[in-house]
Amino acid sequence: MSRVDLTEAAADLLRRLAGEHGPLMFHQSGGCCDGSAPMCYPAGEFRTGGADVHLGDLDVAGVAEPVPVWMSRAQFEYWQHTHLTIDVVTGRGSGFSLEAPEGVRFLIRSRLLTDEELAELGRC
Amino acid sequence: MVQRVCNVALPTFGVEGSEIEQRGSFRMTTYAAPGQPGSVVAFEARYDHFIGGEYVPPAKGQYFENPTPVTGKVFTEVARGTSEDVDRAVTAATGAADAWGRTSPAERAALLNQIADRMEANLEAIAVAESWENGKPVRETLVADIPLAVDHFRYFAGAIRAQEGSISQLDADTVAYHFHEPLGVVGQIIPWNFPILMATWKLAPALAAGNCVVLKPAEQTPASIHVLLSLIADLLPAGVVNIVNGFGAEAGKPLAQHPGIRKVAFTGETTTGRLIMQYASENIIPVTLELGGKSPNIFFSDVAAADDAFYNKAQEGFAMFALNQGEVCTCPSRALVQASIYDRFLTDGVARVEKIQQGNPLDTDTMIGAQASNDQFEKILSYIDIGRQEGAKVLTGGEKADLGGELSGGYYVKPTVFAGDNKMRIFQEEIFGPVVSVAKFDDYDDAIKTANDTLYGLGAGVWSRDGNTAFRAGRDIEAGRVWTNCYHAYPAHAAFGGYKQSGIGRENHRMMLDHYQQTKNLLVSYSPDAQGFF
Repeated sequence: MSRVDLTEAAADLLRRLAGEHGPLMFHQSGGCCDGSAPMCYPAGEFRTGGADVHLGDLDVAGVAEPVPVWMSRAQFEYWQHTHLTIDVVTGRGSGFSLEAPEGVRFLIRSRLLTDEELAELGRC
Repeated sequence: MVQRVCNVALPTFGVEGSEIEQRGSFRMTTYAAPGQPGSVVAFEARYDHFIGGEYVPPAKGQYFENPTPVTGKVFTEVARGTSEDVDRAVTAATGAADAWGRTSPAERAALLNQIADRMEANLEAIAVAESWENGKPVRETLVADIPLAVDHFRYFAGAIRAQEGSISQLDADTVAYHFHEPLGVVGQIIPWNFPILMATWKLAPALAAGNCVVLKPAEQTPASIHVLLSLIADLLPAGVVNIVNGFGAEAGKPLAQHPGIRKVAFTGETTTGRLIMQYASENIIPVTLELGGKSPNIFFSDVAAADDAFYNKAQEGFAMFALNQGEVCTCPSRALVQASIYDRFLTDGVARVEKIQQGNPLDTDTMIGAQASNDQFEKILSYIDIGRQEGAKVLTGGEKADLGGELSGGYYVKPTVFAGDNKMRIFQEEIFGPVVSVAKFDDYDDAIKTANDTLYGLGAGVWSRDGNTAFRAGRDIEAGRVWTNCYHAYPAHAAFGGYKQSGIGRENHRMMLDHYQQTKNLLVSYSPDAQGFF
C-alpha cells in the first residue's frame, strides 16, 4: 500500500526523462498558475528538508533508481486523506519541471483513501 | 468585422481616474482572429529572443509551437531559449546597466510615459493579441488588462519623480543620508494568466528605478509581449529590456541562477518559488515571490438586509470567481456565507453565475473564455472530480463546455459552484479555474477562523453593510489584500502581495520601488574633532 502511484503513460515519460537527466525526484507544488501539479526534477535538484514529507518512492521498470515523491508538510495536512496517481497529459507548462519541453505535463489524479487504507498508512 | 454600436456599461477594474473613458467607449463586436482579414493585429510566424535591442535567434536554433487556447491551433512559433541565450541577455543588460542607472528620474519617467502612450494608441491591437494568446475575453483585455498596464507605467513614471531619499540629523554634527540606487540587472519570470499586465507589474517599477531587465515570459503565453514590444522597441535603449523565451527548466533556471543577476522576481507556485529561493541563495540575492492563494470571500448576513444596489453588488462579488476563467492568484474561490442568509444568497448567486455568458473570447459579449492551456484544463477537471469524491455538491457547472465549430478544440470549462466544507481539497488548493467552493459560517469568529484556515494569504473579500464588521474582518484576515465591499480591482496605488505561503514582498504601489533599489547610506560627520577611541 502506498500513497502515490503512477500511470503507464507517466512511467513511459519517466523512462525517457531518466535516460536524458539521470535519477529523478518529484515535489508536489501548490498555489498559483502551475500549482497543484507535481514537479519533476533531477534527483537532489530541489532541496527537501524538515518542512517536507516523503510520500513514497516510485519503482519504474527500466529506471535504475526509485523516484521519490515529496510534498510540503503543511500541504500534506490537507492532502493526507487522498491517494495520488501521477498521470501525464499534453500541455505546455511549467515551472522548472523537466517534462515541459516535451509538450506534456505531469498531472495528479486523486481518490479518497478508504478507512482501512488510512489505518494501514498511518501518518507519514 | 461585424460591429454594432452599444453604450452598455463595461466593467471597471480599478483603472484610476479613467472610469468615464473606459465605460461604453468600445464598440460591441466580434473581432476577427489575428492574422485573418479585417483583424486589428497579426502575429509574426516566428519570434526570436530580444537581446541588446535586436532580435536574435536562439543559440541552439530550436523553437516551440504556440497554440491559442481559443481553438487549440498553433499560430506562431517561439525561440526555445537555453543558458547560452540567457548569458547573452545578461551580458547585454549588464552592458547597458551603468548608463541606464545614471539617467535622471525625469528621463526614465518620460520613457515610461511614452510606452504608456503607445500602448493606449494601440489598445485594441494589444487587447486582441492578449485575448488570442491567453483565451481570456477581449472584454477584459480592453477594459482591464491593457488599460491597467498603461496606468501602471504612468504610475511608476510619476512615483519615481516624486520619490525622495531621506536625511536624518543624528546628533549636532552627524547626518545620515539615504539614497536610492538601482540594483543593476534583474531577472523576471512572468506568469501566463495576465501575460502583459504581469510583465508590466514587474517591468514598470524595475525600469523606473533604473534597472535593466532580463524577462522570461511563460512558455504557455510567450507571444503577446512581442506584439507589445513591436510597438515600443524603438523607445527602449539597447539592452535595457531583454526578453528570452523558453521553458522553465531550460531558460528560467539559468536566469534564476545567473551570477550576473541582482534580484529575481517570480510569480507562480510554491515548489518553483522555493527552488528560485534556493538558486538565489547561491548568489545571495533577494527574491520577490507571488505564489498564489485560496482567497476567502466572506458575506455577512446584513448583506441581504435589503434587495438593493448593494445586494446586487455583493452578488456580483460572489460571481467574481469567474473573472479571467478563475486564472487569478486572488480568485475568490472560497465563498463563506453566513448561515442565516445561506440558502437565499446561494440561490441568487447560482442564478447570477448561470447568466455568465461563455463563448468566443474575441466577442465583446463574452464574459468567460478559454482556459490558458490543455494541462490547465485537465487539472481543473481533475479537481472537479476530487470535489465530487469528497462529497461536495455541484450546484451548477461541473463539466467542460463544448462551444462547437472551431471553438471545440479550445479549452472551455463551465463556471462551477460547489457547496462543501473548508477541509475539502477543493477549498484548500488553488484550482486556477472558474470554480468556487461555498461553505456556511455561524458567526464572526467562525468566519475569521475558516477564512484563515488556509496555507495562503494573498487576497480576501469582506462584504457587510456594517462598517465596524467590515473593518474588523479586514484587519483579522491574514492576507495581503482585503477587498472590502468590492473585489478584483487592481489599482496601481494599492500594494499587492501575500502573507504565509503566498510569497514574499509586494507589487504595485510606490513601495514596489524599494524591491528594485539598493539603499546607500552616507554617514557624514562635520565635526573637526577625533572620535576619541585611539
